[in-house]
Amino acid sequence: MKVFKLIFKNALRHKLRTFLTIIGLAVAVLAFGVLRTVVDMWDEGVNAAAVDRLIVRQSVSFIFPLPYSYCAKIEKVHGVESVSFANWFQGVYIDKNNFFTRVAVDPETYFNVYSEFLISPEELETFKKERNSCIVGSGIAKQFGFKIGDVIPLEGDIYPGHWEFVVRGIYQGREKATDITQMVFHWTNVDERMRQEMPGRAGQVGWFIVKIKNPSQAAAISEEIDALFINSSDATKTETERAFTQNFISGLNSLLMAMNFVSFVIIGIIMLVLGNTMIMSARERTREYAVFKTLGFSAGHLVGLILGESLLIASLGAGLGVLLTYPIVAGIEAVLPKGIFPFFYITPTTLILAAGAALFIGLVASIFPIQRALRTKVVDGLRFAG
Amino acid sequence: MSNPIIQVQNISKSYWRDSLEVPVLNGISIDVQEGEFLGLMGPSGSGKTTLLNLIAGIDRPSKGNVIVGGTDITKLSESNLAKWRSHNVGFVFQFYNLLPVLTAFENVELPLLLTSLSKSERKKHVNLVLDVVGLGDRVHYYPKQLSGGQEQRVAIARAIVTDPTLLVADEPTGDLDKRSAEEIMTLLERLNSEFKKTIVMVTHDPRAVEKAKVVHHLDKGELS
Repeated sequence: MKVFKLIFKNALRHKLRTFLTIIGLAVAVLAFGVLRTVVDMWDEGVNAAAVDRLIVRQSVSFIFPLPYSYCAKIEKVHGVESVSFANWFQGVYIDKNNFFTRVAVDPETYFNVYSEFLISPEELETFKKERNSCIVGSGIAKQFGFKIGDVIPLEGDIYPGHWEFVVRGIYQGREKATDITQMVFHWTNVDERMRQEMPGRAGQVGWFIVKIKNPSQAAAISEEIDALFINSSDATKTETERAFTQNFISGLNSLLMAMNFVSFVIIGIIMLVLGNTMIMSARERTREYAVFKTLGFSAGHLVGLILGESLLIASLGAGLGVLLTYPIVAGIEAVLPKGIFPFFYITPTTLILAAGAALFIGLVASIFPIQRALRTKVVDGLRFAG
Repeated sequence: MSNPIIQVQNISKSYWRDSLEVPVLNGISIDVQEGEFLGLMGPSGSGKTTLLNLIAGIDRPSKGNVIVGGTDITKLSESNLAKWRSHNVGFVFQFYNLLPVLTAFENVELPLLLTSLSKSERKKHVNLVLDVVGLGDRVHYYPKQLSGGQEQRVAIARAIVTDPTLLVADEPTGDLDKRSAEEIMTLLERLNSEFKKTIVMVTHDPRAVEKAKVVHHLDKGELS
């Protein structure tokens, strides 16, 4: 008879209690995993930002446009490799709930600065030639069933009117964290129509994307770009793509912090649940522990028995929780509108954290029972009536 | 007469209840010869279980010495005392104290896990002692599947499986019917006479104590 067998038998002594504790742990690990995944995905979005890209936006807010004419001036700044630009188009695709990123871009340069968007040269060439064409990310292509040659109708809101774009390419992401949920089309197409219908809005872009040769020069280049336009009516604010992304989601920071906090509160609660189970078990076995001591078993043996049982329950709960997290996260990914999270997957860090937290719970939950078992004198333990 | 295997030398034991000192044993001295079957009798609260616990090394005296097989066990550290118990003492309790999740075989095997015996050697020892106590056909039974008398026999098998110098029994028939009690006492008597085990037994039962070769009476912490 091995010690592990005894640990296993002890854990299954009260099957219902152990089962409920394992389920509780699994649900907690699942909740922890899902919440951490949500927080991670926001962080991944920020972390995925390239270090060699700067974003030039209007100094007051990125909702205000900049003159297209800035492009040529920015290109001349020392250290700049290439410049592209984009406009937030928004619009509605059939239903308002069909949310994904829709931007008007410069077809000649956009895929140069976003080299992580992988597209075949043939598709890119076709896109460049056809003014009413668009390219979609593989994520939304899969979600909405877009194929080459399909026409995507959009009802404009920021840019009013009915718009139609022909899909001429589908790009893939180079990394798992690459955003594959964008729909991009010709800025000139949008600008031309603005020129005809709302001339005051023509010749404007939302932001410039600047690819720089040396990321360590980012601060100096940013200062130089902003200095070019400091006395103009549209002063600029240039920042790294990461800072830009962080500003973009800053309104959600409180929510993310709350989710982060709740994920750890869940761990704390389940720690109490398992701790309670272990304390009850150890209390019921006070006399048995005294018998063990009487027979000559050492403190180390008792620690092994109690800690082993606690870790066994915690591990089973964690294992089940992690197994359940995969289909749940996949289910959430399937029902979430693609634009909310460019990508949604469980990171290895989340799994390690969940498993580590469960083992930590197992360890902490065994402290009081171990203390009690070791402190109780043999004669007191043998007299224990339970 | 040979040297005594147990020498209880002028021991006293007190417990503390809050700030009140409660004396249980007052200057007791006893010698127990090897192979003796000693019965300790006395009314409740007379200190007989306390004396048994001190002899078995699961409690420490407030004063005095207990020497068993030449070792003054009052001088041993907790871990050494635990080791000493595992080699030298077998315990039989009133309420058997078997582990409910283990079979009769596994309960008896428990003390052998602290030895260096191989699995097959352990199996041989366990089967042998279960045969000695007459439960060779109940090895895979769980305690709840056994009668009180059978449970106590498993407890006795557990107590003797390591072939200890000393067997201590605290009210071994206290929870049994008359017939089972008789069987247990016959078994203990056999262990004493046939296997030469030194036995110290606490009991209230006048029929049980008849099997003992020497009987001491305790009253209010003193031998009478």
